[in-house]
Parts: sequence; structure tokens; C-alpha cells
Amino acid sequence: MAAKFPDFLVTKLDWVANLGRANSLWPMPFATACCGIELMATASSRYDIARFGAEAMRFSPRQCDLMIVAGRVVMKMVPVMQRIWQQMPEPKWCISMGACASSGGVFDTYAVVQGIDRFIPVDVYVPGCPPRPEQLLRAVIDLQEKVRRTGTIDAREFADRKTYEGPANLARQIAPEDTMMVPGDFTTATRLRD
Amino acid sequence: MTAWQTKLTETFGDACKFETFRDNIRCDVRTERFLEVMKNLRAQGFDLLLDVTGIDYLHYPKAADRYGVVYSLVNTESGERAYIKVRLNDPDPAVPSVYSIWKGCDWMERETYDMFGIVFEGHPDLRRILMPEEFTSFPLRKDYPLRGRGERHNFPTVLRSDG
Repeated sequence: MAAKFPDFLVTKLDWVANLGRANSLWPMPFATACCGIELMATASSRYDIARFGAEAMRFSPRQCDLMIVAGRVVMKMVPVMQRIWQQMPEPKWCISMGACASSGGVFDTYAVVQGIDRFIPVDVYVPGCPPRPEQLLRAVIDLQEKVRRTGTIDAREFADRKTYEGPANLARQIAPEDTMMVPGDFTTATRLRD
Repeated sequence: MTAWQTKLTETFGDACKFETFRDNIRCDVRTERFLEVMKNLRAQGFDLLLDVTGIDYLHYPKAADRYGVVYSLVNTESGERAYIKVRLNDPDPAVPSVYSIWKGCDWMERETYDMFGIVFEGHPDLRRILMPEEFTSFPLRKDYPLRGRGERHNFPTVLRSDG
């Protein structure tokens, strides 16, 4: 004899919203470098991000709720990245994929920003250079957990986050003694002597 | 001596100093006669300007001048190559633009200006090409710190509540 189920279910609106949002994240692939290749691999059949409901990648920020910044971001790209982030409708989340997006990676030069979290809020960081697709999937799973835990139907959990959440030790002011100059004497460097 | 070297020496005398390393023929040109030399080379069949780039000789051993600008030319008929170098100094490193001779120098001169601050006089549109417009220094100069002066951090931060 079949079990008798009730005709209605009592739950919280937040819970229902989170159930939908967490299981159908729409990523905005902000791929600027080789991490973008791994991002594509994550979407392909071998790793199949569709298993986690995040396969609908859209190249219009208006249709997305998860920005995946994959690759180094140069200073000319920062206003573009911020514009794209602000064009995404709430609620939205951000994954910083790879060493360059998270910290600048090996590109400690005048043009590359040292971590996108100085300019936009980041929810999940993925280490690696580039990260394996499994690591990105792990980040998606972690983000789903975060959405389920903190999400609200009207996205009110974001409203009071009015302070800067990036790294406390800003490289914004580089002290003169911290700037590395080109060594003054090239005779000690490797070069052909006459 | 190749034919074009002989011709340059006949026309310009000691304004052109030649130097050969393996099969590279380099020509050090005095800045005053630079444009004439380039026009002469164009007339001799060097019809392709491959590259324009700069060098900063700050702290370089035995260097007399601060900057060098190197032009790589190719004669597409004969396959000959020529490397022309002019030397410039502070406070106003400036060299005539070769835009009237090779139109292709446009973006290469803009890049050299962007990275070294060398002004190409007569260039139709000498703006920064790689760095943002509001960038004020020239990052490939040797007195620019390797890690930058903090320009890359001069952007406003988007807060989470900005939405």
C-alpha cells in the first residue's frame, strides 16, 4: 500500500529560493587567461559542470548570477570588470579562479592588479595555476553551500555589507623602500664581456 | 660593405656608423640627419618597416646616451635587412616620426612613446596605446620600479552592498 503524503508542505521562502538558486547558478565566464581554458574544460563532458546545475554560461552579465574571474586582470581591465559585476542582477556571487585573479600570481608588475578582491567582493577563491577542473567544481559546491546557508529570498544579506572586505594590508601605498628598482650595475649581470 | 651601406656612406659621410654582428648590419645614425637617412633607405628599396622599439641605457656600462630607438627595415625584393639606431637624451627625447615614409610605424611609435616617453615629432596621433590614458609615467624606463608606483591600485573598490 502506497504511503499517504500530505497535500501541502510547510517551509521557509528563503529555503525555497536557496534551493533554486544554489542548484542553478548561471556563471558569467570572465576568462582573461589560461584559467579560461580550464573553465571550458570544466564545462565540457569529461568534468561536466552541468552535474551541479551551473552549465548555463551566458556572456551577458544581465543573465548571470555567478561571476567566475579566470585569469590575470590588468589595470585597464579593472573598470570593465567592475562594470560587468555591477551589471549582474542581485543576488550574485563571485569566484576568483586561479592564482592570478586571487593574488596577481607571478605577475607582480606595474600593470597587473594584485588580486581582484581589492576591487570587487569575492566569495570563493580557487588556488592553482591554473586550477584543475575538479577544484573549480569544488568551488561551485562550496558556493552552493554558502548560498544555502546565507541566502535570503530578497538578497537582504548583502545590504549591510557596506565596508571593504578585501585584504587588510593594501598594496595601495607602496613605501619607497618596498619598490624594487632595476639594479644599478649591469656588470654583475650575465652578459657578454668585452 | 653592401650596396646600401656604400650609398649611405657616400651620401651622409660619418653621420652613419656601421657595425656588423654575424649577419646583422646595424647603422648608428646621428639624430639631425635621421629622417634623410630613412628617406634614402626607402628610396633604395627598404619598403617594409618591421619594428620600432626603444632602449633605455641608464646605468649601462660605457653608454654615452640615455635612449636608443631601433628601426628594423627589410627590403622585400632582395631580403636585405637593416637595423637603424638613433640615440636620444633627456630632458626631451624626441625623434622625427617616419610616418611620412612608412605608414605602418603608427602603432609601433605609439607603443615606444607609451613605454619610454620618446616623442615622435610629426606623428599624426601620438597617444598612449597600451597603458590607460591617465597613466603618467613610462614603465619601461629603467628608473621606473619593477613593481610599479602603485598606479594599478588607484581604482575605487566596489562594495558588496553596491550591487
